Amino acid sequence: MEKTLPQATDAVNRLIQEFSKLPGVGPKSAQRLTYYMLRASVEQTQALADALLSLKQKTQLCSCCFNITDTDVCQICRNPQRNPALVLIVEQPQDILALEHMGIYKGRYHVLHGAISPTEGVGSGDIRLKELIARLSGGGITEVIIGTNPTVEGETTAMYLKRLITPLGLRITRLARGLPFGTELEYADDVTLSRAIEGRQEF
Amino acid sequence: MTKPRTYQTPAIVIKKTKLGEADRILTFYTPELGKIQGVAKAVRKPKSKLSGHLEMLSYSLVTLARGKNIDTVIGSQTLKPFLAIKNDLDLLSCALYITEMVNQFTPPETEDPQIFNLLAFTLEQLPEAADRELLLRYFELHLLRQAGYRPELEKCVMCRKTLETVTNSFAPSAGGMLCPSCQRLGRHYGYLLSPDGLGVMRFIQGGDWESISVVPVDCSTIAEIERLIRSYIRHLLEKEIKSALWLDSLKLESSQSGKV
Repeated sequence: MEKTLPQATDAVNRLIQEFSKLPGVGPKSAQRLTYYMLRASVEQTQALADALLSLKQKTQLCSCCFNITDTDVCQICRNPQRNPALVLIVEQPQDILALEHMGIYKGRYHVLHGAISPTEGVGSGDIRLKELIARLSGGGITEVIIGTNPTVEGETTAMYLKRLITPLGLRITRLARGLPFGTELEYADDVTLSRAIEGRQEF
Repeated sequence: MTKPRTYQTPAIVIKKTKLGEADRILTFYTPELGKIQGVAKAVRKPKSKLSGHLEMLSYSLVTLARGKNIDTVIGSQTLKPFLAIKNDLDLLSCALYITEMVNQFTPPETEDPQIFNLLAFTLEQLPEAADRELLLRYFELHLLRQAGYRPELEKCVMCRKTLETVTNSFAPSAGGMLCPSCQRLGRHYGYLLSPDGLGVMRFIQGGDWESISVVPVDCSTIAEIERLIRSYIRHLLEKEIKSALWLDSLKLESSQSGKV
């Protein structure tokens, strides 16, 4: 005989279901979040609901660099202090956050929204490559910095980008790949070590 | 007797999928355990000790701890880094195709040292091979044989007669060659295969790479065989090998830029 579960109300079930669709949230976490929201004040709930809605309604992709922005073009592309001749290519908008946190880079960006991944069927047409080439061909850019991840997908994308950009005659550089800060040499892998030696610098 | 809690094996990473915040599920091909999976914790963080030893195509000595559902990777040391492959777009794309093929044609946890050897050997040869396409055909035909899908190239699969030196056809759905009279019956869809093409296919299927690699083969013949093998693979898997499409697009672009 089927066990009858204690019935929660529809509204509660609905929220549990919606929460459990989020990445990394299982049914138990979804339940915990839902019951937390049930106890939260109306203002707090309203603030969350507003934040969620405005995320969809007030954000768009920058027509120049494809970063996520609330105004077109984005703050970075609009900023006259930043060097428009320098473009750093990244895989995801989150990468820009990490780079901006550092605060040293003063050029502009281009977000690909993915990386070429042959085994998952993500090809050159599935990421924002055409837009990049159009932007680079438009003139005013002298150097392209490739900042894709040092994974197989990121490397594939980087090497493909090099092939595409080389005919345009721009300077192409790649973020240095070497030893991460705070780690120990003995654990480094061969690829990292070989690149750390190749890319060594005057001290 | 209970199994030891940890075990060590040489392994090549043939697939990876993201898991949670910073973990990955890795698919390894190993000589003695076949295709196995393991979860590698925190390898997507930059300070991970293991990540460099567990990227796609890494040939490493991995240590795994047995888990309830899935084993956990607790150690890894690169045995062969395949640096030349990782620094070249065409080689890397071929290598990804090879790993995807192995992943598609092998069942989990079934030991097959010969497939492991074929995989490791093909990856090693890739940067050195004078004719990369020939090496890929060698890999495909030998993997198909090892996986139990060796195409019949000596006799007609319907009438069992030895094939004559005429243009016969290759029928993916029949698993091999058809003589012209059986082909006319129209029971299977067949691709025409020239006597030269058939000869080369038999030679690749029967030989080892040392003897095959020294024989010059016309690139149009290789392309003819590639088309047949591709349709055979598509028939067996009932889908495309995704990285093959990427290889096609690279080839197309390089032929176009060559013409300009």
